[in-house]
Amino acid sequence: MSSRRSRSSRQTGTSMISEDQINDLVVQLHRLLPELGNNNRRSGKVSASKVLQETCTYIRNLNKEVDDLSERLSQLLESTDSAQAALIRSLLM
Amino acid sequence: MASLFSDNEQPPTNSNSSSTVLVRKKKSLSASSPSSSRGNAASLPTRDGDSHPRWRSEKQQRIYSAKLIQALKQVRLSSSSSATTSSPTAHKRGKAVREAADRALAVSARGRTLWSRAILANRIKLKFRKQKRPRQTVIPAVTTVVTTGASSRGRKRRVSVVRLNKKSLPTVNRKVRSLGRLVPGCKKESVPVILEEATDYIQALEMQVRAMNSLVELLSGYSTPGSDSAPPPI
Repeated sequence: MSSRRSRSSRQTGTSMISEDQINDLVVQLHRLLPELGNNNRRSGKVSASKVLQETCTYIRNLNKEVDDLSERLSQLLESTDSAQAALIRSLLM
Repeated sequence: MASLFSDNEQPPTNSNSSSTVLVRKKKSLSASSPSSSRGNAASLPTRDGDSHPRWRSEKQQRIYSAKLIQALKQVRLSSSSSATTSSPTAHKRGKAVREAADRALAVSARGRTLWSRAILANRIKLKFRKQKRPRQTVIPAVTTVVTTGASSRGRKRRVSVVRLNKKSLPTVNRKVRSLGRLVPGCKKESVPVILEEATDYIQALEMQVRAMNSLVELLSGYSTPGSDSAPPPI
């Protein structure tokens, strides 16, 4: 990662961001995404806009999942009052 | 680890300096292994050499879980102490939990990413958000550049990005902008910054989901009487 930053800082004279950098980042992003339906051999080329679209969807899904989980957590926290302290103590020891 | 409870961490409602103090305190508390979380990456198979291994290490998950539990405890204390005149709906409580979890996540990031700083700053400076970023890069008008399969690192698969030429650039730009709106604190950043922040943010969110899932499992295992006393394996 630091190499990427030094690369861009060296070019800040003209503040140009090379295509390669953006491509690298998009590829990296693509590797993070869950691969659905692409288990068979892919063509090896992936379109940037598609990756970005999937990224947006994935982040939204993750956010929603966290929201649901926190709702459940809040309900559970309300219900278990006495067991809470025992649980936390057991968790951390 | 019992010392985590004996110390009373002050809630991060004070100025920004106290939040950094909080980070330092937590660093010293979780100093069971003094090495940084990056050093632990070798213990767990990481997906990539490029993506940050820190969000996938066991140690980082433990750190985050501990912080999360503490934050949740504070949420419970604050919600019970404040006279709940308006009956707190489930949504409000859920939101409080979500905010606490996000804060714990941001603190675990150790302030190296934009989104973590934005989350913490959001909490503290409610009205005035002036964030000066040291790097201000500008996207130039890119001429037609065709990139074929040259940029693949090829750990698992060889994937390269199809040409980003002039025709598709506005589309790509638009999508990157909308992506930047999703990641906290990246609304006005440049394209590579947004992409970088997004990769880190996704991994952090995944870890958050994992941690909260296991916490929910544990809690539900305790709350339902009659179930097996041993908590389910995480």
